[in-house]
Amino acid sequence: MGKTFSEKLLGLKAGREVSAGDVVTVSPDYILSHDNSAAIIKEFEKLGLEKVSSPGKLVIVLDHVIPASSEKYAQNHKTIRKFVEEQKITNFFDIHHGICHQVLMENGFATPGKLILGADSHTVSYGALGAFSSGIGRSEVAALWATDEIWLRVPETLKIQIEGKLPRGIYAKDIILKIIGEEGADCANYKAVEFSGDAAKNMSIASRIVLCNMAAEMGAKNAYFAPDDVAISWLENRAKDEFELIYSDKDAKYQTVLHFNISTLEPQVAFPHTVDNVKPVSQAKGIKFHQAVIGTCTNGRLEDLVVAAQILKGKKVHPEVRVLVIPASRAEYLLALKEGVLESLVEAGCVVLNPGCGPCLGAHQGVIAPGEVALSTANRNFQGRMGSRDSFIYLASPATVAASAIKGVITDPREYL
Amino acid sequence: MKKGKVWKYGDNVNTDVIFPGKYTYSILDPREMAVHALEDLDPEFSQKAMPGDVIVAGKNFGCGSSREQAATCLKRAGIQAVIAKSFARIFFRNAINQGLTVIQSEEIVESVEKGEEIAIDFSKGQIKTQKGILSFSPLPESVSGILEAGGLIPYTKAKLEKKKAGRIIACKRPKSVKKKLFI
Repeated sequence: MGKTFSEKLLGLKAGREVSAGDVVTVSPDYILSHDNSAAIIKEFEKLGLEKVSSPGKLVIVLDHVIPASSEKYAQNHKTIRKFVEEQKITNFFDIHHGICHQVLMENGFATPGKLILGADSHTVSYGALGAFSSGIGRSEVAALWATDEIWLRVPETLKIQIEGKLPRGIYAKDIILKIIGEEGADCANYKAVEFSGDAAKNMSIASRIVLCNMAAEMGAKNAYFAPDDVAISWLENRAKDEFELIYSDKDAKYQTVLHFNISTLEPQVAFPHTVDNVKPVSQAKGIKFHQAVIGTCTNGRLEDLVVAAQILKGKKVHPEVRVLVIPASRAEYLLALKEGVLESLVEAGCVVLNPGCGPCLGAHQGVIAPGEVALSTANRNFQGRMGSRDSFIYLASPATVAASAIKGVITDPREYL
Repeated sequence: MKKGKVWKYGDNVNTDVIFPGKYTYSILDPREMAVHALEDLDPEFSQKAMPGDVIVAGKNFGCGSSREQAATCLKRAGIQAVIAKSFARIFFRNAINQGLTVIQSEEIVESVEKGEEIAIDFSKGQIKTQKGILSFSPLPESVSGILEAGGLIPYTKAKLEKKKAGRIIACKRPKSVKKKLFI
């Protein structure tokens, strides 16, 4: 019987043949943390060690509340910078780089065959490039800094075959919302998710990241696209070190195989307060909202901003709506700047924020008031996520959010394309 | 047997309603975390929960963010265990790593009522409810050690100290004495 990607990769790292259900002790290639490094440092200090075990494995990115919005956040950042200096951590990205997941991929840490663990649930994103990446907690990161070892259960794999041709006005976000809506928020709990099929193969890296990023909202341990020519050429001049292409065997054992045909897909919208509360845009039309967010680690790449700008160019944001644009990283920001994409968005009345997590987790830069409604391209719409517990969040593609921003109510983007 | 009152919730209780994102990087003190436990789901909880109380919930408890404070705040609020039909992966790990007991059992969730008093016997894997005694499977040995140590940090600390002590003994003592010490 053949092996899946996850069985092969964890087997390689563990130095023995493994199958789904086995528990392995492994050492990751890279360990990610962000602003939460301040709390992790506190835990690490309790262990009584002076030095981290492998400083070259640590990647620390400041992205969650940047620039610091209060004295407390400023102190956290100061603590982290001091630690970085003392521990001689070279992979440190201060506030001007962008959201950790995008930064990790752009800087070539995430490559095929790598095992990357991070203190953030959206660490699953790097499967878009054929890596095994998964979110863990703070204590686990502190223990990893100390011992360079962690136990992981080898996951069963859920294979999702995506077939058909993407219709006009439909994007990666609509596909993943549709899948989560049909299968539920825990459909991939403890499991690996493999995206395959013709439509998946035709996707850009930016679109693959959208699917892998949102696999966290299915409960997935990791997500994966088989690294092909598209991935390998994307990694040229980016990959930090050598990488190994690992693929599932043709006769690999999958726990479940799901099939989705996207040829007749409509734009999708996740309603409050769960990501799996998904309906087609036709059932959301006319819903009023106050704040729109275009960007984040889910949908803040050039490809997303271009679509939003195509719709908003020469138009004006509805006077009762405020639109926040958050590029995923400085690199994506610069591309959008040079191509005139941001110019179109700013002219339309959007507010461009610095690359970072912004209001996505309700910490700063546009939290919403009681009774307010947000329409966002981010990945979560949990109650209270963006501010007040009495507010409401809808999730959609950048095109749907941009078109809706013009009308001030949720709108089918195909009216503008 | 430790007694406690049941706080009962539904499916998909996410980490944002257990511990809101706005506090994740500003509150570092676990005692302060407890004050905000379940704030966006049940504002009464942090005021009325007593040490020993038990949270009983549906499927996918703790879904969403990797924030460990979701487990820390419940532990510090005195919750002796969370019983759910299923747990989200990262929360499950975080709970054990914070020394918070998690029990997966559809049967128990279906049979206990909100507000009822139950008693848990961890060594026997039994819960005494109004309807009678129900059993649950204990956690696998690979993780129960972490729970018994009070969480991953104390567990790792003890492991590191043991390793260090072993090294010192190995360096300083002649071989025969080392052997004796380990018997």
